This record gives sequence, structure tokens and C-alpha cells, in this order.
Amino acid sequence: MFRRHFLLATACIAALPHLGAAQTAPEWEAVLSEARGQTVFWHAWGGDPKINDFIAWVSGVAQDRYGVTIEQVKLASTADAVARVLGERDAGVTSGGAVDLIWINGENFAAMKAEGLLHGPFAESLPNWGLVDVAGKPAVVTDFTLPTEGFESPWAMAQLVFEYDSARLPEPPRSLATLKDWIIANPGRFTYPQPPDYMGTTFLKQVAYGTLADPSVMQAPVDEATYAETVAPIWAFLDEITPHLWREGRAYPQNEPALGQLLADGEVDIGFAFNPGRASAEIAAGNLPESVRTFTLEGGTIGNASFVAIPFNAAHRAGALVVANLILDPEVQARAQDPSVLGFQTVLNLAALSPQDRARFDALDLGIATLAPDQMGPALLEPHASWMTRISQDWVERYGVAQ
Amino acid sequence: MRRRPGILRLAPGLTLVLLIGPVVAGLLGTLLPALSSRAAALGELLSWPGLGPALWLSVKTGVMSTVLALAITLLLIASLQGSRAFAALQHLLSPLLSVPHAAAALGLAFLIAPSGWVARALSPWATGWEVPPDLLVLNDPGGWALTLGLVAKEVPFLLLMALAALPQTDAARRRLQAQTLGAAPSMAFAVAVLPALYRQLRLPVYAVLAYGMTAVDMALILGPSRPPTLSAQVVVWMNDPTLATRGIAAAGAVLQLFAVLAVLALWRGGEVLARRLLLTFATHGLRGRKAEPALRGLALASGAGVAFVLLAGLSGLALWSVAGLWSFPDALPESWSLRIWAQAGDGLAQSTWTTLVIALSATAMALALTLACLEAEFRHALRPGDGALVLLYLPLLVPQVAFLPGLQQLALRLGVEGTPLAVAASHVVFVLPYVFLSLAAPWRAWDGRIALSAHALGATPDRVFWTLRLPMMLRAVLTAGAVGLAVSIGQYLPTLLIGGGRVETLTTEAVALSSGGNRRLIGAYALIQMILPALGFALALLLPALLFRNRRGMGVGA
Amino acid sequence: MREGLCLRDLHVMRAGQPLVSLSAEIAPGEVLCLMGPSGAGKSTALAAILGALPRDFIGSGQVLLDGRDVSALPPHLRRIGLLFQDDILFPHLSVAQNLAFALPPERRGRALRSAAVEAALEEAGLSGFGPRDPATLSGGQRARVALMRALLAEPRAILLDEPFSRLDAERRAQMRRFVLDTITARAIPALLVTHDREDALATGGRVLTPMGVPVSP
Repeated sequence: MFRRHFLLATACIAALPHLGAAQTAPEWEAVLSEARGQTVFWHAWGGDPKINDFIAWVSGVAQDRYGVTIEQVKLASTADAVARVLGERDAGVTSGGAVDLIWINGENFAAMKAEGLLHGPFAESLPNWGLVDVAGKPAVVTDFTLPTEGFESPWAMAQLVFEYDSARLPEPPRSLATLKDWIIANPGRFTYPQPPDYMGTTFLKQVAYGTLADPSVMQAPVDEATYAETVAPIWAFLDEITPHLWREGRAYPQNEPALGQLLADGEVDIGFAFNPGRASAEIAAGNLPESVRTFTLEGGTIGNASFVAIPFNAAHRAGALVVANLILDPEVQARAQDPSVLGFQTVLNLAALSPQDRARFDALDLGIATLAPDQMGPALLEPHASWMTRISQDWVERYGVAQ
Repeated sequence: MRRRPGILRLAPGLTLVLLIGPVVAGLLGTLLPALSSRAAALGELLSWPGLGPALWLSVKTGVMSTVLALAITLLLIASLQGSRAFAALQHLLSPLLSVPHAAAALGLAFLIAPSGWVARALSPWATGWEVPPDLLVLNDPGGWALTLGLVAKEVPFLLLMALAALPQTDAARRRLQAQTLGAAPSMAFAVAVLPALYRQLRLPVYAVLAYGMTAVDMALILGPSRPPTLSAQVVVWMNDPTLATRGIAAAGAVLQLFAVLAVLALWRGGEVLARRLLLTFATHGLRGRKAEPALRGLALASGAGVAFVLLAGLSGLALWSVAGLWSFPDALPESWSLRIWAQAGDGLAQSTWTTLVIALSATAMALALTLACLEAEFRHALRPGDGALVLLYLPLLVPQVAFLPGLQQLALRLGVEGTPLAVAASHVVFVLPYVFLSLAAPWRAWDGRIALSAHALGATPDRVFWTLRLPMMLRAVLTAGAVGLAVSIGQYLPTLLIGGGRVETLTTEAVALSSGGNRRLIGAYALIQMILPALGFALALLLPALLFRNRRGMGVGA
Repeated sequence: MREGLCLRDLHVMRAGQPLVSLSAEIAPGEVLCLMGPSGAGKSTALAAILGALPRDFIGSGQVLLDGRDVSALPPHLRRIGLLFQDDILFPHLSVAQNLAFALPPERRGRALRSAAVEAALEEAGLSGFGPRDPATLSGGQRARVALMRALLAEPRAILLDEPFSRLDAERRAQMRRFVLDTITARAIPALLVTHDREDALATGGRVLTPMGVPVSP
């Protein structure tokens, strides 16, 4: 009960500073005309062909509507793009930079913002900003407790969901406590990506929400005085499950796709993903059996948004702005939510859309394994980044080196 | 025209500058920041709890894989050379030289994982496994999966290097001589040929050792993760989004460099011991006749094992590229689908094109420089010393992690970074040593009296080069070109860094995809990665055979 | 202006060791024979005359062709022909292409050049062998092609480096006759290097060691 109120409160606070007026038409016209003919280099993680295909589709729309070409620069890690903008700044490249648009969130955003590597604020002046569900989805303006302040624009919502094969596991454990019992009763059938991998730390956050006496302390930076005592329940939980993990906790998958592959290969019975539609999409793509279903934990699971940001030295800033606005377009958002395309949750407020645009979303078949919006449960806010840095550091010391 | 010989004379120096310049500039670019923040970064590095295990892991997997790869290579030559099995193995392994490390590692991972192909083929009928067993085969803390992957990938390289070096060691006659004195074939090889052969093989072995200790892509896929190898950890640090670990990454890269140097020095010491041991065997009248059948068996088994690991792994990936649903424990996919190929078609075509353009320009540059050097050496009777050879190997000995970031900074400052041409130029650094090494021996073995005869007929040196030597060396030149293509196609880190992520080749795409674990797409990319160099090698065989089909003296018929 | 090949104080040293010391004049059509055991510097003398001494050899003296000093010229400008013991035919070219390779560039016109090649083949008794792969010819046939090729380059002198040593006894006499007759007929000064007495006797001319000492065969 407390948590519900707490979330609501945060949402209101977060929404307050973002009441700036949308950009007036003439200014946007100028952006559009400058953008025409530009090629936007969009640096985005390239590990998922479905996302790459989606970006390619967006590129086609951008070309048709605005004469803007999108080149996706497929990254193995978003940090590559951050490092390259930093490298450009160090080399004195203050304009004409290689990166026009970055798919970004969390620590990468915090680092770039702190280093002054971002152009902005721009997000709240985008014409489509008015459609964004700031009140209902506070994560669109709060990236890991850090207010985005218009330096990045959201384009997809994500929430942690657990995936399981109902053919092998008829009734999954629906709380952290029962998950622990299940892990101990079924040794070798559960694991999580190795922190500091993002999905791995997300699991730790979920454990924190389920075990900490008062999870709301994580919305403020770490207090060194009480830290050890506060997080002790996390280690207690992990100490209990670790010997019963996949490979007895002597090896971990490296990231979310690797965990997904383990589920597909039948090496584990429960996996998890940040994309509620992933399982359905993977079933449709023939990568997972039809019997896979998803569930969330009682009390909610971690949720956050994906953003795009524009580096301070982007060579094609106008084009990047046009693309950032375009991906907030209802048609594009509806396509992203289509499980056969991406299955990402929209950042838009469906109530604010025209009936015609809403119909696009209503028409979507969410897929056999995807939970309906009312089954998803609450989306828990990301903790302050300092918590995850500390916890994943400690994890590395406790479990991440072989001794 | 009269100035031409003078220009040619500059070729060796120019080539060395092109090779060494980037390495030295890159090293400085990496080292200086590391030194400037020395105390803090070094402290952080030393306080990382995984440092000891990670360093030990790097050393262990590097040394073990080099010892095993060298042993298998020598065993193959010692006990099988000249046999039909050897010829078959050689044909099987040569094209595998071009398989990028990442593709080989991913293939191996699918092969040996508890849910992998081997387990699937045996389940459930032989093993009773309905779900994959919980066995720590991949990413094992001991690094054995990584060692196996490195061995499988390096044996083809060492074998081809050894085969290229053998003719210069007068191996056949020496070996026959030892055999007439009663030594079994393997012993004859060990005593009479090995010392001379190893002298030729030393630098390739060092390159393998340095690579094994610093491999990143393979270590990420096959190696343990708690902690990973030092080089893999350095890349993790480099990629850390908080940017706070760049200093520690640089310090780690420097430590990596010194670790490689130290291990190379130890290895050198090991060489001396091994040589003593061999001499003792020889002078104590060991003939090795009893061991011969066992050695033969071992050679066959290990050679076939390496070929199996690579071929089966890559076939597995190829199969994945056309697989529909493929669950454990099915040995074959439940359904088939060309969806991946249709979906990835455009991207594949685009990156294939980019890959080819870069590989062809880098190879053409490397070939031109190599030919200019060799021709200058011939016309001006230059004698390259051992030092020149070491310099030639420098780009293969210095860990890429240690000099490429600095080189990227340099490219950025010059404003050339991110262009395919700059990527091709950076590839030359890695392509040239291989092209030179594979072309030098046959080029130098050319009968100089042919040139003298032609000069006596009034032919100019240029005419001799273009109408006699080049056509006669066509096969060797094309083979060296194919090797160059293969090396360029497999480059990951230079393409990523110098290309600034904007130059997408098959390999950067495949490695980016590998972080997503999508075996189907990885399979499609790996397949093309293999096919391109294979086409090069096929061309090197077929074109001379076609052109000189009526010329028995060119030795292309048989 | 003396016609023929003139060696003036031709010396070659290696590591302080004199290998060659020759002064001789060879008139057009004359064959001077250079004889000695293997390793005695015969081939070194040829290399010195051709201008192709390896780097660690130190040569001095002059080579004059028809009175002109060619010592400073590179091998391909000296117009001195060469015949090896192994007939060095270019393996990637046909017999006719091998011969055409030697034709001076001044001989223009496809018809003219192929007529010259055909004539040379006929002279060697090898009519119709033009398109053949050199590797399919017998040893004697290859030796004749090599000689014809050397002559097509219109050399002002010719050096013969044990050209008959690879042939069997019967062919050897036959080939030697053919070569010597052809050279005499064309009035080309020739230097024959051999270790075979028969060869030396057959030339009927002077015989020297590489150190310039006269030998009676």
C-alpha cells in the first residue's frame, strides 16, 4: 500500500517541471527544412535483428515524410558510442561529430549528461511531446532517478517480466520468496546475467525490492553509514540461492540475450526480460516453443524507459531532432508495440490520442505469451544509480571472482 | 624511367614505416594517458580483487593453447607428412585459416555446450537427458573451453606456416638421412628437421602466444567470467558507461603488454631447455620406433579433432541460419526457414560489399608493398636481417588492446577516422605481415638464372618482372592475396575502432550480433565470412590452372 | 676499333681471394674455351662479363664489345647472349613465345616477328614446334630452342655455360657441332665454359683457366 502511494507521489513530482510549451510551428518548420537531405547516424545496440529491422523501417518513413536518411550504427554496447563522443571531445571535435543520435538510458545517460556531452534540453519541445504519458509513466522523465530534463527523449517502455515454459513448469513462483524456494527445490534451473551486466543488476534490484525493509531508501543516493546493514538481506538471499543456481553459480550468462538462449535451449526453466512482448515475439519468430508464457511478481517489477539523446557535437542535429520526434508518432509507436515487430510498450498516453490513432493500438494482437496491460502489475522505479554501482561492485567481490 | 630503381629501393623502408609507425604511435597514444594517471589507475587496478586470477588465466590459456597447438602441428608434420591423410587434413584446414575467431568460437560454443549439438546428437537415446544436464563445460573456471577454441583456431595457422618453412630447411633430405641411420620417421623429424624448422617457426609461435594471451572475442564467448581473462576485462573496463574506468583500462592494457613480454621471455627460456632435451634424446641413441604407431594415432586423432571442432561448429552455425524452431534434444531443427536470409539479405549484402572493398584495398596495398620490397631486395641484392623480420611481426606481437585505442585517437585527430579507407589502411598493418610471409619464400625461391637469361636477351628488369616473374609467380601471388583477404575479413578491433562504428563489415556485425546470442543470424554472417576467403583461395588455385593448363613446367596440372 | 669481344684485365676477388684474372680478345666466329674444375671461378667469370656479379664479389677491368666499353652497362643493355647448361626456357610461355621474347623491339609487325620465329625454328630443325609447351620437348630440342632464342636477340657476343653437360654422349656431339657451326656461321665471338675435354677439343681454339693460364686440352 505504501509503495503505491510512493510511486504516485514520485510520478507527480516528476511530472511537474515538464510543463514547458511545445515548440511553435515556425521553429519546427525551420528544423524540418534544415533536416531535409541529412543522413542521421543513429548509434543503437545491434544485437537484435528485430530492432535493426524496426530501425530500418523507421528509416523508410523518415525518408518518405521528411527526406531524412537514417544510418543505424550497430553497436555491441552503447558504451562504445559514449566512448567515441568522449574521444571526439578529447580530440577537439566540437562539431561534425560522428554520432547524431544514441539509443541510451541509465548509466550511459548519466555519464554523458555529467560530462556535458549532450545537446539539450530538446525533448519537451518536440511537437509530439504532448502525447507522451508523463503522468502515467513517470519513468519517461526519470532515468534511474535522474531527471532527464529534456536531454533525452523516450521512445519505449520496458518492464521486467519473467518467462517460463508452461510445458515444463505448469505453475511458476509468483513472488520473490516462492522463487527462492523453487530455485532451491530445482537446482540448476535458474540463473541471472552476470553483474555488472544491466539485466543482472536489474535482477539484484528486484531482489532488493523484495528483501529490503524499506525499498524507498534506494531513491536517494547511497548512505555509507547504513549501507551495509541496509543491503544485508540481499546477500542473505543470494547466499541461499547461489549453490542451487545453474552451474552452481560458477558461471553466469553474460547478458539478457544469452539468458534468453538458455531458456530456448532448455538449460533453465525460468528466464526474464525487460521487454514484456519478447516471449511472444520470439515464439512468432520460431525461437521459443509455443508453450512459453510470462508472469510478473506480486508487488510489481522494475520498469524503465528507453531514450534517444543527441550528442553536443552531432553533425546532423536537425535530422536527429526529426527522428526523435518521429519515433513518438502514434503510427511508429503502435508498430513498435506490435509483438510481431518489437513488442515494446508505448510511451504514449493512449487517452490523449485521436480515435484513429488509438485504433492502431487496439487492433494489435499482443501475442500468446504477453500479459495484458492490467495483468502487468505495478512498474517499480529504478533505484538511484549509486545503489546499483555499489551493489554490483560488491556482487563482483562476493560472487564475481572465483575465490 | 631511370629514376624507377631508386624509388624501388625505398620500398623496404617505406613498408617498415607503414608497419611500425601505427604500432608505435598507437602504443604512445595508449601509454601516455596511462602513465599520466599512473598512481590512481594503477592503485585501482591492483585493488581489483580479480586481478590475480584474471592475469593467471590469461597466462595459462595463452601458454597452454600455444603449447598444444604447436605440439599438434609438429606431431602432424612429424608422423603424417607425405601421407594421404596429411594431404586431406591440409586441404581441410587451409580454408579454415580464414575463419574469424569469433565465428569459430561461437561454433565451438554451440558444439560443446550441455545443450549443444554433441549433447543433442546423443540425447536422449544414449544419455537419457530430456533437458540439458547442468554441466560446466563452457565458460569453465579453468579456461579449458577457451584453450580448446584457441588451439583449434591456431593449428591451421601454425601448420600452414610450418609447411611454408619446410622447403627452406632441406627437410626431406635431412629426414631421409636420419632415417637411414635407423631413426623412426617422427624421431628423424625431431632430431634432424625440428631445430631448423623451429627457427623459422619461432615468430609465428610468438604471434600465437601473444594472441592467445590477449584474445578478446574468443575469451568473451568461451572463457570464464568470474573473473574473465585480463584482456576481456580490459575491454569491459574500456566499455564501461561511467567512463570512470578508462584509466584502469589503460593501466590494464599496459599490464597486459608487460605480461606478454614476460611470458615471451620465459618461453624463450623454455626453448633453450627443450633444445637441450632434444639433443640428449638424439645423442642417447633414441630411435623412437616403438612410439611411432602411437604418435601416428595421436596425430591423426588430434588433427581430425581440430578439423572436426571447426567444421562441425561452423556447420552447426550454418544449420542454425536455416533453422526454424530447434529445441533440445532434437539433433536437427524441427522446421526449416530461410527467414533469416531473407530478413538479413540487405544488411548482409551491404556489409559484404563494405568488407570486400576494404579487404581488396588492404590486400592490394599489402601486395604492392610486398612485391616492391621483394623486387628491391632482388634487384639491389639487399639482405634483410633478422631484425627486419621481427619488425614485420611487431603488429602481431603487440596486443591489439594496447595500441589500437591510441591509434584511434590519432586517426580522430587527423580527421580520417570512420572512413573505409582509414580502416583499410589500418588493416594493412595486420595484412602485410601475412602477405609478406606467405609470398617471400616462393618469391625468393625463383630461379634467378631466368632473369639473367632474359637480361642476356636484352630484357629490362621491368620487363622481366612483368612478363616473366609475375606470371610465373601468379599462383603464389594469388595465394598470398587470398591469405590477405582472409586476414582483413577477420579483423574486429581495428575495424571497430578506426571505423568509429560507422564502417560495418561482416565481422563487426557478427560480433555485435554475438552479444545478442542470435545463432541463426550469427550463422548467416559466419557463413559468408568463410565463403569470401574460400573463394579467394579457390581463385588462387583455379586461375593459374586455367591460364597455364597447357604448361607442364608451371606445375599446375598435377 | 677491334671487332669482337675483348676482356681487358678482368679481375674478380672474393674475400681477398682472386677468382678470375683474364685478358683476352675473341674475334668474331672464334670460340675461346674456359676450362677448370668446378668451383674454379668459371661461372664467376661469365657473371663478370655479363655485369651480374653477386654483391660480395669485387670485380675490376673492362669488357669491350666491338671496341666499345660496356663495363658500366647493366646486363640487358650489353647485348651479350647467354646459354646455360639447363636450357632456361620460360615455362609459362610456348616455344614460339619464348623465341619472340628475344626478338628486339625494333623488329616491328606481327607478321615480321612470327616469320623470324618460324625461320629460327626451321634452322633448328623444329618446324611446327611453335605452339608446343617447352616442357614437352626433349633435352636436345630444348637446347636448340635455347640457342635459337639467344641468337634471335642479335647478341654481339655469346657466353656458353656448359651448354652440353646435361645431354647424353650421342646428342652431345651432335648438339656441339650444331652450336659451334651456327656461331661460326654468324661470326659471333663466343666464350665456352666447360670442364669437359671433348668440348674444348671440339672448339679447336685457345683454352684458358679462369685465372688466365693457357691449357692444352
